[in-house]
Amino acid sequence: MTLVLQGIEHRVSARTHLYRFDLALRPGAMTVLLGATGAGKTTMLRVMAGLDAPSHGTVWADGINVTGRPVRERDVAMVYQQFINYPSFTVADNIASPLRVQARSHRRGSVGAGMSDADIRARVREIATRLRIEPYLNRLPATLSGGQQQRVALARALAKHAPLTLLDEPLVNLDFKLREALRVELSALFAQDDTTVVYATTDPAEALLLGGDTAVLDDGELLQHGPTADVFRRPNSLRVARAFSDPPMNLLSAQATATHVVLANGDQWRVTSPRDSSPRGMTGTGACTVGIRAGALRLRARDGDVALPGVVALAEITGSETFVHVTTAVGPLVAQLTGVHVLALGARVTLFADPAQIYVFDAAGALCSAPEFAGR
Amino acid sequence: MARIELAVSHAYGANPVRDEDYALRPLELTFEHGGAYALLGPSGCGKTTMLNLMSGLLTPSHGVVRFDGVDVTAQSPQARNVAQVFQFPVVYDTMSVADNLAFPLRNRGVAAALVKQRVGQIAELLDLSDALDRRASNLTADAKQRISLGRGLVREDVSAVLFDEPLTVIDPQLKWQLRRTLKQIHAELKLTLIYVTHDQVEALTFADQIVVMMHGTVVQIGSAAELYERPAHTFVGYFIGSPGMQFVPTVCEEGALVLCGQRIPISGTVLEQQRWPEGSFVLGVRPEYLALVPAYTPGAAHGVVIHRHDVGTYWLLTVRVGTGSVATMLCARVAADIAPPVADADVWLLLVGTHTCVYVNDRLVLPCAPDANGARA
Amino acid sequence: MKPVNQRAWLLVLPVVCCVAFSAILPLMTVVNYSVQDIISPERRVFVGTEWFAAVLRDADLHAALWRQLLFSLSVLVVEVPLGILLSLCMPASGWRSSLVLVLVAMSLLIPWNVVGTIWQIFGRTDIGLLGATLTRLGVDYSYAGHAGDAWATVLLMDVWHWTPLVALLCFAGLRAIPDAYYQAARIDGASTFAVFRYIQLPKLRDVLMIAVLLRFMDSFMIYTEPFVLTGGGPGNATTFLSQYLTQKAVGQFDLGPAAAFSLIYFLLILMLCFILYQWMQRVGQDRAVEQHDG
Repeated sequence: MTLVLQGIEHRVSARTHLYRFDLALRPGAMTVLLGATGAGKTTMLRVMAGLDAPSHGTVWADGINVTGRPVRERDVAMVYQQFINYPSFTVADNIASPLRVQARSHRRGSVGAGMSDADIRARVREIATRLRIEPYLNRLPATLSGGQQQRVALARALAKHAPLTLLDEPLVNLDFKLREALRVELSALFAQDDTTVVYATTDPAEALLLGGDTAVLDDGELLQHGPTADVFRRPNSLRVARAFSDPPMNLLSAQATATHVVLANGDQWRVTSPRDSSPRGMTGTGACTVGIRAGALRLRARDGDVALPGVVALAEITGSETFVHVTTAVGPLVAQLTGVHVLALGARVTLFADPAQIYVFDAAGALCSAPEFAGR
Repeated sequence: MARIELAVSHAYGANPVRDEDYALRPLELTFEHGGAYALLGPSGCGKTTMLNLMSGLLTPSHGVVRFDGVDVTAQSPQARNVAQVFQFPVVYDTMSVADNLAFPLRNRGVAAALVKQRVGQIAELLDLSDALDRRASNLTADAKQRISLGRGLVREDVSAVLFDEPLTVIDPQLKWQLRRTLKQIHAELKLTLIYVTHDQVEALTFADQIVVMMHGTVVQIGSAAELYERPAHTFVGYFIGSPGMQFVPTVCEEGALVLCGQRIPISGTVLEQQRWPEGSFVLGVRPEYLALVPAYTPGAAHGVVIHRHDVGTYWLLTVRVGTGSVATMLCARVAADIAPPVADADVWLLLVGTHTCVYVNDRLVLPCAPDANGARA
Repeated sequence: MKPVNQRAWLLVLPVVCCVAFSAILPLMTVVNYSVQDIISPERRVFVGTEWFAAVLRDADLHAALWRQLLFSLSVLVVEVPLGILLSLCMPASGWRSSLVLVLVAMSLLIPWNVVGTIWQIFGRTDIGLLGATLTRLGVDYSYAGHAGDAWATVLLMDVWHWTPLVALLCFAGLRAIPDAYYQAARIDGASTFAVFRYIQLPKLRDVLMIAVLLRFMDSFMIYTEPFVLTGGGPGNATTFLSQYLTQKAVGQFDLGPAAAFSLIYFLLILMLCFILYQWMQRVGQDRAVEQHDG
């Protein structure tokens, strides 16, 4: 399905929940809505689903204006962060419920239309097998674990085979490892399908792992939209860089000269001019903000590196990575290191960075210079 | 402070017969005083049961709990003098923050001057000084949880402070600061801290020693680095790291490893002198250690790139090693500063190296396995 | 253009109709009567606020009002603490819990006039268990003869009838407190009283508010039970507001004053409940505000 949101704005009484924006979803692909709690993700999903009518603007689904058309008349599947199932239905009946509604309504185009009971049972079994909940088909949701309950909710959404599937932080209430496994499965499931998926999350790492497109939201504003890795590599403003980084991007206030940035401690770093034309380049001089991705900071020096000595505030070990928080003369920094690094609180370390890997934002927060990317 | 020894098992139902009847299967563990420990495992692994056995909220169905050698099995939490912080904030709504913090001390008849001094000190540590006169019910969830933490830490003479997933309700942006606070508190107050969590980040960041649990048993006790580099059990390998360790069924034949239908010569690798187990075993390799190497490098397997995924700070490559029924999908993590191979490209992945682990029946056999059951925490 | 779906009003219409017929129309009839002197069905005279003024000056009404307030307050003072105490003693789970719940709820299932009859017999000095026992013990007890005894019996009857409601509400409130609170309190070394004072009571606040409001409103409108038991006597000792109203409207057929009185009664209940609600909302919040400022 192609879904286009045109000039959408949403207000409830005097409060603006979404500022005017345009957004066209890539059909058949996944779009991640990334933003902190309260950024407007859920409101945007509700507008897309037709649960809320926008105060302004038009929602186009496959070229048809569906603004204000209620959700029941649209073909939309939705999954919430709470595990929402019919408590008195068995798992099988839960998954079958949208199909039974479709079978009764005889609406053309939906998978359930004209399905017999046997057809429905077969489809339920197929979906349950894909989501690995087949052994529990005759149980009640309350007797299942959290992960299994959310699988049932996902299965119900998938069974509907809606052209538009909306997921509102579906994995946030699950255990760490379960989240990881289900995320991989979901990516694979939706990759096979031609459904257009919108996935809301607060976790930048999750957005990166899901891939697809990402739309970054902050405080009701749609800041940037594009392929996930591109948005991550070229955040067009300081706000996007802040919203789309975990651990947070290191931001240092500095003064720009024609060719260099001068940090608070007097260090001068040469800024390599960007090869492609999208950022504006180093224009003019004056106050600016230097951004360094946590992943660009290392403990081992390479040729041409700048050194940032400091004291360890905390080493957060995620397993595959260690986030080292370091207090330095230019401010607090976070380095993202591969593997386990045990560093005591208060230990002295020196972080190294390649000046070619820095971002520069002007005083207004717009991107001036971004590191070149070898992967393309 | 106390040294806590457990020699217990616990079943919630009467007359446990099978292993599955136990929430906690028979085990022996010692927590040294002044240590920072984490109990890590998925939901239902028995970690909360173990915590409640230590605090005295639960009496073990079998065995004894000792504090500094004294049998406290039948004692109440109050008599054991432990503090516990729960998953969801517990605050006394009608009291001010200061009264909340003072509550455990006043209940024990501590002198008013000492109470005031101690409350001030803890409030300072937890950044609650400005809120001391406010009513606890009107605060945010994370402030409430800091109050709960504070009530746990306020008693100087406490045997141990037990935490049951205390950071669940905290905003992700604030989590690292609280983790740091906990580390500082441990360094300053020298209390025995025991921390239950399903989140590897919490456990690895917080604890000096991590107890990994699964199905009511302890599978490994060790430092963050030990769990990462030398998982004693395949479950630990899978559980620590994201994505976790990957496992490849292998046999050793005449100076070569046979896996996924390929013969991989081991002469010239760092593990050349290794004595490999008889029969079939499993190689464990982390995605971070699966390096891309030139063709026919000793210890490397040939594969085809199925998919490459740009994760921003690094690439995740999905590589199929072998063909047909013996094919295995491996995930390799490649640094972002090199251009990775495209889909369908032939690659060679270094499987045999210093970080390779070998498992038989899910237990680490090479390099020298630490004994999980007999280990002292 | 703002796309607002106006069809929603259609859905509300049945409710509006029901409310109009069941509440607003009868109320308007009463308003109509309250400002007219109905001499005969054909002849009526508009009298303005005269009935209201007369009713407000009525000494009997004042006496009934004070009696009513005293009764409602006594009901609250006895039933709320007793209900809380009862709920604390009730077993939390298992078959005992179900059994106790049924036993406690029993008195709530009895029709009001039957309650009156039960107590009328119960209190009789010749055959009633209570009355006869007291008499045998040498107590000069008679709910029909002594004002104090009548009062005590009506109050006792109400307590017997309605305390279980308070207890059931509190029981539900207590069950909603997460176990972690009790565990934390044990670990903090709190006494049983401290657990009640700092955990159970604060957590019961909302439930208690409902219980107090319900009991206040209900007792303020009490009619059937004292009517059956004492008929408002001896003298006027147990004549509460609604009984007084009935005497006026039905007994003496003074429709105008009765209508005026009904309206005053209605507004009085509304106002008292509002004040009570506001006050309870603020209980416990006050201290926070003070401490904020200070």
